[in-house]
Amino acid sequence: MAYVASAPKEPFRLSMLVYDTRYRSYTIQIVVLFLFLAFLAWLLNNTIENLAAKDKDINFSFLFQRAGYDIDQQLIPYTNDSTHGRALFVGLFNTLIVAFFGCILATIIGVFAGVLRLSGNWVVARLMTLYVETFRNIPLLLWIILAFVIFSETAPAPRDFRVTDEMVAAGEAPSAHKILFDSIAFTNRGMNIPRPYLDHPLGSINVLDVPINLSGLAVLALIAIGMWVNGRLLGHAKAVQEETGIRPVTWWKSLVVLFVPVIVLLFALGLHWEIPELKGFNFQGGINVAHSFTALLIAISLYTGAFIAEAVRAGILAISRGQTEAAFALGLRPGRTMRLVILPQALRVIIPPLISQYLNLTKNTTLGMAISYLDLKGTLGGITLNQTGRELECMLLMMAIYLVLSLIIASGMNVFNTAMKLKER
Amino acid sequence: MNKTVLLGTLAASALLAGFASAGTLDDVKARGELICGVNTGLTGFGAPDANGNYQGFDVAVCKAVAAAVLGDPNKVKYVPTTGETRFTALASGEVDMLARNSTWTFSRDNDLKLDFVAVNYYDGQGFMVHKDLGVSSAKELDGATICIQTGTTTELNLADFFKANNIGYTPVTVADDSEAQRQYLAGACDSFTTDASGLAAVRATMPDAENHIILPEIISKEPLGPVVRHGDNNWGDVVRWSYYALVAAEEKGITQANIEEVAASTQDPEVKRILGLEGDLGAMMGLDKEWAKRAIAASGNYGEIFAATIGEGTSIGLARGLNALYTQGGLQYAPPFR
Repeated sequence: MAYVASAPKEPFRLSMLVYDTRYRSYTIQIVVLFLFLAFLAWLLNNTIENLAAKDKDINFSFLFQRAGYDIDQQLIPYTNDSTHGRALFVGLFNTLIVAFFGCILATIIGVFAGVLRLSGNWVVARLMTLYVETFRNIPLLLWIILAFVIFSETAPAPRDFRVTDEMVAAGEAPSAHKILFDSIAFTNRGMNIPRPYLDHPLGSINVLDVPINLSGLAVLALIAIGMWVNGRLLGHAKAVQEETGIRPVTWWKSLVVLFVPVIVLLFALGLHWEIPELKGFNFQGGINVAHSFTALLIAISLYTGAFIAEAVRAGILAISRGQTEAAFALGLRPGRTMRLVILPQALRVIIPPLISQYLNLTKNTTLGMAISYLDLKGTLGGITLNQTGRELECMLLMMAIYLVLSLIIASGMNVFNTAMKLKER
Repeated sequence: MNKTVLLGTLAASALLAGFASAGTLDDVKARGELICGVNTGLTGFGAPDANGNYQGFDVAVCKAVAAAVLGDPNKVKYVPTTGETRFTALASGEVDMLARNSTWTFSRDNDLKLDFVAVNYYDGQGFMVHKDLGVSSAKELDGATICIQTGTTTELNLADFFKANNIGYTPVTVADDSEAQRQYLAGACDSFTTDASGLAAVRATMPDAENHIILPEIISKEPLGPVVRHGDNNWGDVVRWSYYALVAAEEKGITQANIEEVAASTQDPEVKRILGLEGDLGAMMGLDKEWAKRAIAASGNYGEIFAATIGEGTSIGLARGLNALYTQGGLQYAPPFR
């Protein structure tokens, strides 16, 4: 009772809880807290009682039972003998891959559209306005379905690629061809692209039942090392430039550092490409990118890109016109002015709304269910939920996963935001 | 004191919830309307006609129940449900019963706490392909892309069938029949799989029906029937016997047209019991004497409903097959009315 001691003159009376403004706020807060807890308790109790009335319990053991269904797109190995828990992870990775590429694409589109919307070129600026307004004002679901329908209705069927003996004899060509040097098959089901294939792979290790490809890791490590060395090189060049005024030539050093080690490694491992071939009903071999993935990615990136474009435009407009004029006065061209002067300052305004756009994009991936994209909502919240009948458990689990996912993205972006923030000295 | 009030509220709400789920039959009578979960649109089984009124083989069961309980086959509110939403809609009390080609399985019966009251259509899962594909057996579908409706038993049968035959496939999981049909017609999948009856119904609505064939393999048993919530046995009995009244009527030759005539002239004691002329079967489950008579008069007996909605005379053209009466080599059989 610390606050009793802080009121020295009057002895504390119960009525002061209501009539004394010093204590009233505590009273109100305690009452509100109590009511809120009571409401939560009621909700919980209601759920438990109603489940009990239906003879159901809350039980997550279904996650360890055999799933029995198949998933088309799987980033980690999965068969219908795997558990529902593994199906959950397959779905989660499918969500993450769309969210990851979606965020990157949407950012690129958004920055371009936002900058170009402010362009002095009337046609370009109006075109960007048109893009932003159409995409922003039509529901995302329709864009997703539209993209999917365009792909699946206009592309040729796999059998159109077939060359039969009679066609060879008659000198006829099939009605459809693979594109890009006969390597990519674009059908009404998906896109089959060549898969990198190694003659002497480094093998793989299993972490938690997920095979990690060591060759891939080695390539990534080399790229990371190359980027680090390149950074040192550029840093050194900058230091020399500041000291002497002459910038040493670095471009060929950068190229060597970035690419040569990777190329040598890939050559040593015996890289070649597995080209998709038509066998039976479909193209076999290569990587099959289903249209549900492509359509979802394109629609979601264009849609979110429109919002990001507005955030970028707001950020640029927030920078005073004097900055541009000052940069022009120093002789900087418009492109460099934007890149070196305006955008770095505008980023501080852009990043906070960008965070919420990334979160929106990640959560919007659930709309992929409309075009049969099996993400987390499709596996855990769709087929698993239906086959096991564990609605409450699946929903709670799914909400928890999306919550954690969003919190991770938000905290990551907040770190970035803090790094970009105006440093006040 | 606050706590007591809270506990009191909790107890009261729990009691109310208990009462609400006590008797679906009483609820339906009090409401004056039967809420029936049906398919979002499967021609012949349950789909809105040109005037927006639901018609079909499954819908006829709803009508029979409404006629038996409320005296009017039109006092039904149809709630379209998808493969995903149907059981939740039933379990939550949103609908009183489901008459929506749902397969009776062990886990649905026990784990989902549902009761399948009867089997109104004995079905099995089949495959439909385009003639041009040159496939004559499902076992030749190695590597094919196959459209399946999610949330159904077909999904699991499909995985099992391909595994058993050691062949591979690419699944395309779609939400409902119409989307599956669109993707199949667009060529996004080589084959569409669902219950053979559903395939026939889908094919009937295709512009080029003659170019599509249903493969001979039937890869599963799919006993389809009306479903009610587990635990309300009285309501389950009402739905079950309303359905069996239709089958019994076919067995006894009672049709929509001759029902009054039969009622006036029959000497068969079982027919008399069914039509409420003798004994009081209806009272045993809380209905009046003429419940079964009204159920039969609603859309006719089982055979009439079959012929009018999905039979060989319709565009769907399904043979009676397993669904013929037991006297004609089928499986349809009504327990005795006594």
